[in-house]
Amino acid sequence: MTKMERTKQSRDAWNWLWEWANPVKFMHLTGKALPWVVGLTLVTLIPGLIWGFFFTPEADKFGSSVKIIYVHVPSAMMAINAWAMMLVASLIWLVRRHHVGALAAKAAAPVGVVFTVIALLTGAIWGQPMWGTWWAWDPRLTSFLILFLFYLGYMALWAAIDDPDTAADLTSVLAIVGSVFAVLSRYAVNFWNQGLHQGASLSLDAEENVADVYWQPLVLTLVGIVALFVALVFIRTRTQLRRRRLHALELRERMADA
Amino acid sequence: MIALLVRDLRLAVRAGGGFGLGLAFFLIVTVLVPFAVGPEGETLARIAPGILWVGALLACLLSLDRIFQLDFEDGSLDLLATAPLPMEGAVVVKALAHWLTTGLPLTLAAPVFGILMNMQAPGHWWIFVTLLIGTPALSMIGAFGAALTVGLKRGGLLLSLLVLPLYVPTLIFGAEAATRGGAGMAVTTPILMLAGITAGVVAFLPFAAAAAIRINIR
Repeated sequence: MTKMERTKQSRDAWNWLWEWANPVKFMHLTGKALPWVVGLTLVTLIPGLIWGFFFTPEADKFGSSVKIIYVHVPSAMMAINAWAMMLVASLIWLVRRHHVGALAAKAAAPVGVVFTVIALLTGAIWGQPMWGTWWAWDPRLTSFLILFLFYLGYMALWAAIDDPDTAADLTSVLAIVGSVFAVLSRYAVNFWNQGLHQGASLSLDAEENVADVYWQPLVLTLVGIVALFVALVFIRTRTQLRRRRLHALELRERMADA
Repeated sequence: MIALLVRDLRLAVRAGGGFGLGLAFFLIVTVLVPFAVGPEGETLARIAPGILWVGALLACLLSLDRIFQLDFEDGSLDLLATAPLPMEGAVVVKALAHWLTTGLPLTLAAPVFGILMNMQAPGHWWIFVTLLIGTPALSMIGAFGAALTVGLKRGGLLLSLLVLPLYVPTLIFGAEAATRGGAGMAVTTPILMLAGITAGVVAFLPFAAAAAIRINIR
């Protein structure tokens, strides 16, 4: 097999993925997938929250305040993953010039910033009775605040530029540079202050995780929040694509009139 | 490259409002702080490195939009883009000119302003060293932010919103090193991290900034 054939074959193997980058195919595929994703959100998030809030025992040290974990941990996780997804989508736009990539990154930003705010607020509400303070300059809290600022800057740049392609390019560059600096800030903040926040609630390699009674509904809400994010990004990207098409139609109309 | 540097320096010095303004702003911030927190020497000495760092950072921010904006408006940026000098080189030179007219004066003034903040003996030296190492990073990051917003009508406020979060690591390590140095503690780690940030930023951000300018002027 020559090298060319091999690259062609590998390109074919990835075709199913790049199909999504074609706006028409994207509309078609997401149109079909959307009810399923919304359905998945409903059947995981709502039972997960109800289970977590009403059918788990109260922890000895924390009382019922422990139940905020079902909102706090999933949204904190999604706040970071949304930024990661924006980074990947921006790279796809810069490298392959697929509009869906740029528009998906744009669509994800407001969702991500809302998750960041939810994580910060629920953390503050939990911290008040537990740590005796709404806010502490703890590394985790501080990094999230900085992440929030990055989201704000990213969205402001999108809003400030009129030409959609220029905006997509510049925000993609900002997303890449911002990601590097976000990681850098995380380490800087770690160095700067030792924290109050407990370690990760969930990780695969940890010996001790949250006890099973809490863990099971938490998994449900985690899956639910991912599905919710995907559903929202689908809806928002579809809106963006439709708006773009509408804009193109309007332009064509005006050209025809002139 | 040298011609461009000389031209930028000349413009900054002669055009007025750029060169001395940052320094005056820095002085005013330093003067205002004691009015806000009270004149007790001990408190002032404790917060002095942080205040000087934040003041230098804000003064640096003040002149960022001048890096590319004027050249964009009168068309010289388009000429630079078609010149044999690669855009990356032009960005580095412009950031260097910004540093020479803003960062370096701030660095030289900071130990003197430290006296106003009741800073004690080794502190002056360390604020000078940390600013000397850190301000090139501030200029370079700022040049990147200016490159992103160069085509915008009202880019000033947006520029601060974009650039300030990027300044966080530099500020943390710089102020930490200055504080530790002033208190006579070990400074190797924060100084090395600060130097690392500056080196990394000068090495990589010109490419990002040049890409942003090319996007903006196409």
